Amino acid sequence: MSLQIPHRDKSNGTTGTTKAVILVGGSSRGTRFRPLSLDVPKPLFDVAGHPIIWHCLTAIDKVPSIQEVYLIGYYEESVFRDFIKDSSIEFPNLSIKYLREYQALGTAGGLYHFRDAILKGRPERLFVLNSDVCCSFPLNEMLKLSQEKDAEAVILGTRVSEDAASNFGCIVSDSHTRRVLHYVEKPESHISNLINCGVYLFSTDAIFPSIRSAIKRRTDRPSRLVSYPSSDNLESSFMIDDDDDESRQNEVIRLEQDILSDMADSKQFFVYETKDFWRQIKTAGSAIPANALYLQKAWQSGSKELAAPAANIIPPVYIHPTATVHPTAKLGPNVSIGPRVTIGAGARVKESIVLEDSEIKHDACVLYSIIGWNSRVGAWARVEGTPTPVTSHTTSIIKNGVKVQAITILGKECSVGDEIRVQNCICLPFKELKRDVANEVIM
Amino acid sequence: MPKPLVEFGNKRMILHQIEALAAAGVTDIVLAVNYRPEVMEKYLREYEEQFGINITISIESEPLGTAGPLKLAEETLSKDDTPFFVLNSDVTCEYPFKELAAFHKSHGDEGTIVVTKVEEPSKYGVIVHKPNHASRIDRFVEKPVEFVGNRINAGIYILNTSVLKRIELRPTSIEQETFPDMVKDGQLHSFDLEGFWMDVGQPKDFLTGTCLYLSSLTKKGNKTLSSPTLPYVHGGNVLIDPSAKIGKNCRIGPNVTIGPDVVVGDGVRLQRCVLLSGSKVKDHAWVKSTIVGWNSTVGRWARLENVTVLGDDVTIGDEIYVNGGSILPHKTIKANVDVPAIIM
Repeated sequence: MSLQIPHRDKSNGTTGTTKAVILVGGSSRGTRFRPLSLDVPKPLFDVAGHPIIWHCLTAIDKVPSIQEVYLIGYYEESVFRDFIKDSSIEFPNLSIKYLREYQALGTAGGLYHFRDAILKGRPERLFVLNSDVCCSFPLNEMLKLSQEKDAEAVILGTRVSEDAASNFGCIVSDSHTRRVLHYVEKPESHISNLINCGVYLFSTDAIFPSIRSAIKRRTDRPSRLVSYPSSDNLESSFMIDDDDDESRQNEVIRLEQDILSDMADSKQFFVYETKDFWRQIKTAGSAIPANALYLQKAWQSGSKELAAPAANIIPPVYIHPTATVHPTAKLGPNVSIGPRVTIGAGARVKESIVLEDSEIKHDACVLYSIIGWNSRVGAWARVEGTPTPVTSHTTSIIKNGVKVQAITILGKECSVGDEIRVQNCICLPFKELKRDVANEVIM
Repeated sequence: MPKPLVEFGNKRMILHQIEALAAAGVTDIVLAVNYRPEVMEKYLREYEEQFGINITISIESEPLGTAGPLKLAEETLSKDDTPFFVLNSDVTCEYPFKELAAFHKSHGDEGTIVVTKVEEPSKYGVIVHKPNHASRIDRFVEKPVEFVGNRINAGIYILNTSVLKRIELRPTSIEQETFPDMVKDGQLHSFDLEGFWMDVGQPKDFLTGTCLYLSSLTKKGNKTLSSPTLPYVHGGNVLIDPSAKIGKNCRIGPNVTIGPDVVVGDGVRLQRCVLLSGSKVKDHAWVKSTIVGWNSTVGRWARLENVTVLGDDVTIGDEIYVNGGSILPHKTIKANVDVPAIIM
């Protein structure tokens, strides 16, 4: 891919560097990703054969002016050690560091806390990527827009259905100039169907003063009015969210709630609207559409990692080199098979992720599901989720008047007996399923 | 397909009955039907020849209940003075016609009804005998609340021709009018049925009846059953027509009937099911408690269960799940049927 070298039109003529931050959150934030986040931090969960944040790094690596990337979050140091080691080899042009918050500071609070490290070397611009989004990350396009407009901030936006829009940050923009006129997080009424993708490019001169003034406002008026989330949040899951507790702490400053709406008043805030795919990776089940989208992207770009199409391989399919797949098993589309997985004779896997050391026995059928690490699916068993529409931004469906997860998820070391059927279930780790189950959370 | 022509244990229901009747010395059979049985004619002519018997079709132009059709066929039934058998076409058992006739002759009264023992008499009409009499019936108690007995009408009778005088040519119930009338005169006896009994009119009972029938074949050491030592036979009671093809690495049984010209693919799991002639179950499918209709196709990795019934020429797509679906003929199913439903 040929990329033009970024240039500045400003009179001083210096070519500024760009840095990138990936917001990875912390262990207390992963509750909606249970049961999978019980065993692996969400940013390191494998989607299309690679950790979620690997996909962010791949996009960052394609921006020539970026040499330094920070992961900011509040997981323990050891969590990202191996990932950073491996990524430093895979992305030799990037220096990757983990900056640990000792308490959750909020997305903007974290940036501000580490401002000295980030501003070292006087970068001109700063990309900020939420790790829980899946998209094509058109960073070079955002950079180009930023330079054209001499923007203080560029936000990545995408169009969603009117119903879905109120679950996200909504952007009102001038369609001609692409300037952001108004920003509101999860509005109760319909404002716009152009939503915040959670990917930003800030001018360093603008973002840090902006966070500082937000902190100052907070200190002046400690009991601020919390903007309530929409009453019917599409993505609420079977675990209670912990957002409310966090927002009560005064130290927490979030980009979405506390910074962006003020920036919309600055006249130098622009939106780059992507026509490409975009999904949030929020609930564990949302790893399935993300897996499909990243695999399709890899397939379209001619990635050599994917399995070659064959009578029993419907692309795109990722099979880890250490996995064993019986020649009579049929895989795909949109399947990722992890390390040391065994797929038996005549098994069928479609629209699913099979995590490392798992075994799918002969003649079993796995559809729209995630099979957790070291799990077993018995012979002639059927583990099945329900497909959701391509345009849908939710992974739950209504069955018999009850909201259930569309994707079936087996946690770590679960086993499904021979000939057993599991449909639309979330199964916590170490469970043994000996009877047919549907529409349940198995604790 | 008229019900009497449906294969039960790979043999048409009516053939089971004709065979047993012919073996008991019956020479004339009347088929009392209320539809034009054009498709049946061909088979009936065949059976007439095979067993050296006469089969008459008696068509009701209006429903005549369970006794009226006997009056309609009076001419054939009273050709001579010998008693005649009456049987409900949905009933399967080890038809004991010879023993029944002998018993009937021995008591000398007008009628004998075959009775079977049931576990829950409260769901049926129960027979009560005369005090100090083993077979003469005293009365019938419909759905008894308190235990009065555990023998119920099995839908098979032997009657003297004189019984026809008790019946008028109008819609009449043999159970509610004719039998009580005979009981009043002390003319009706019961005969205990040995072995299994099932009314297979409903799909669920058809499957249960098939299990009972296959078990009885196993018990009798019937050679047409597949040997339990075959690698794919699991748990026995498996009846496979010699013209059927079975793929590699299948697990079949217990209680499976596979009809003529059926094709079963590789890695297929079958249990408690009936595959009717010309049907096809593709690779890796899983089929349980299901009737797969004539010339129907079950897709790869499909899963059928919980009394699913496929009509004639139904197609179930690959990877489809059907839970208790009744699928009408010629339908193609491309989406899961998660809860029991009739798919028209």
